[in-house]
Amino acid sequence: MSEDASLMQRSGIPAHLRRVDPAVAIAFGCILLLLLGGSIYSSNFLSPDYLLQQLKVASFLGVIATGMMMVILIGQIDLSVPWVVAAGAMMACAATAYGSVGSFFAIPFGILCGAVIGGVNGLAVAYLRIPSMIITLATNAVVQGLMVVYTGGFAPQDAASPAMRFLATGYVIPPIPNGVLVWLVVGLLAVFLLVRTTFGRSLYAIGNRERAAYMSGIDTRRITLLAFVISGGLGALGGVLLAGYASKASQSMGDAYLLPSIAAVVLGGTHVLGGKGSYLGTVAGVILITLLQSILSVMQIEEAGRQLVYGVVIICMLLLYGRQKLS
Amino acid sequence: MKEIPHGEWRFWYAQHKGTLLAAALFAVMFVIYVSNHPAGFTPNVVQTASNKAALLAFVAMAQCFVVITAGIDLSVGMILILCNCLASWLVVGTPFETALGVVAVLLTGLACGTLNGLIIIFGRLQPIVTTIATSAIFFGLALVLRPTPGGAVNETLADAFTSKLFGVFPASLVVLAATLLVCWIPFSRSILGRAAYAAGSAENAAYMSGMPIKRAKFAAYALAGLMSAIGGLYLTFFSYTGEAAFASGNAYTLYSIAAVVLGGVSLAGGKGGAVGAVFGALAFRTIGDLLFVFDLDPLWQPLFQGVVLMLAISIGCMGLARVRNRLEWFQ
Repeated sequence: MSEDASLMQRSGIPAHLRRVDPAVAIAFGCILLLLLGGSIYSSNFLSPDYLLQQLKVASFLGVIATGMMMVILIGQIDLSVPWVVAAGAMMACAATAYGSVGSFFAIPFGILCGAVIGGVNGLAVAYLRIPSMIITLATNAVVQGLMVVYTGGFAPQDAASPAMRFLATGYVIPPIPNGVLVWLVVGLLAVFLLVRTTFGRSLYAIGNRERAAYMSGIDTRRITLLAFVISGGLGALGGVLLAGYASKASQSMGDAYLLPSIAAVVLGGTHVLGGKGSYLGTVAGVILITLLQSILSVMQIEEAGRQLVYGVVIICMLLLYGRQKLS
Repeated sequence: MKEIPHGEWRFWYAQHKGTLLAAALFAVMFVIYVSNHPAGFTPNVVQTASNKAALLAFVAMAQCFVVITAGIDLSVGMILILCNCLASWLVVGTPFETALGVVAVLLTGLACGTLNGLIIIFGRLQPIVTTIATSAIFFGLALVLRPTPGGAVNETLADAFTSKLFGVFPASLVVLAATLLVCWIPFSRSILGRAAYAAGSAENAAYMSGMPIKRAKFAAYALAGLMSAIGGLYLTFFSYTGEAAFASGNAYTLYSIAAVVLGGVSLAGGKGGAVGAVFGALAFRTIGDLLFVFDLDPLWQPLFQGVVLMLAISIGCMGLARVRNRLEWFQ
């Protein structure tokens, strides 16, 4: 197995160096343009403080988008992100209510809940072969229903544990926020998974042609299930970080993350139908979107204008390089 | 009328199985609902039920147009919200102004659908990503129109469209039927409609045999916008206000997909019809009402609807049980 992976590596890396993915290059170019444009508006945009603050905000989206990328790579999509994020945050906060033991297990418990939701999605997509777009919408509705019952039935604990707050806002290495470190760890693990393991290679294979992947002996169902579990777990981790950042969980906190997470992955050059894309692109997409949001809010453009610009920018960038080949 | 030979019935049944199942499901649920309703089977109960269901039925019809081409439109809910906000500005004043307002709202919906169609078909982008992005645009426009809930509507018109005709028939059902007759039936019988079905079931083959696939898909997206606009207009007729509510727009999108699935329209495309989608919408709305009749805590309603949606989808995938060879999974 390791021989296969290393073989792919040897033939993969030079090819990767030879041609830089134009999508990734364009995305990084747009980031530079945004920063330059912003610095004309206000010189603060190039200060290290502002950039680190942006990275911290980007880390939440980055973690969520990493999970989304795994799912998009196999040609599926995870639309249950809004309530997975909210459920992760709420369940972590709920665990905090059970004393010091609860506090200790708050973060793993939140992530576990997300992974379970992802598992349901994965089972349905992989073993029942329900289109992911539909079943993830349904699990989103079910999780929303569960959370409504939970919060409506009795007053929930919605304060984040100290550990969650430390994870999102603290500093282990002083100038770098912990959130960024979390994203770094998640990102390195994702890169390792994608380029060094058979799991990662199988994701690409399934995304290219599932039937062929199955015929070549890949257990496509197990890989699909795992991808959804990872997506659910990372979505919940994003929720835990968000709850730590805001020091509480709230109902609609995940709504703002569905479009950005898909957009970040797709703008970073990952093909919507799967099989193609690099993690570097996703990083570029996340930073691009966070910067865009930040600049729009610094310029004090209303929510309405932000939504408009946002939709238009995504469509324009997709038209630039996300078009399907003429058949 | 000419007698239909034995074999033809089987084709007809196979083609309309989904629609018939949805209609039966709705009939059963509605009978349970009405027989447990304190007021019983009266025109008023039917009127309330049909008014509530009509909104969803229009959105489901919109979704159906797109789904039969094997596409998906995740912006129907936001088009509805945008048209609701627009109608709360325009559908007021003298009868002439009101009529102009209605036309403007419908044209706006058509324009939104056209935009989706242009980007997806001629820009060659994926429907999912495109409609998620355009729904941000539509919601942004709705927020521009109504930053806070408010506005008004011509109440005479609103009441006329939500009341009962001759004291018996709910007007909303009549409008729904009329829309089916005027928009769906001609579309599904026309070459464009046939091409839409063909694109949904075997796009390459349809292209090879010279069907106008692009025009058909384009028409489907545009008509979906128009149907959502009628839904938005109806939302204004009920609420008398316009509100740019993100959550309710999302809910309509989600429920439209649920209704379409319940109505026997295959999400893989090429199968089912708007009549089924409408019955699916009616059935889905009745699920919510059943909770009310059985006096359950309204808190449980979202969970209940979600679980029903999930079950409906899982049952819809029972075809998997008939797969003989594992390779048939991938078709």
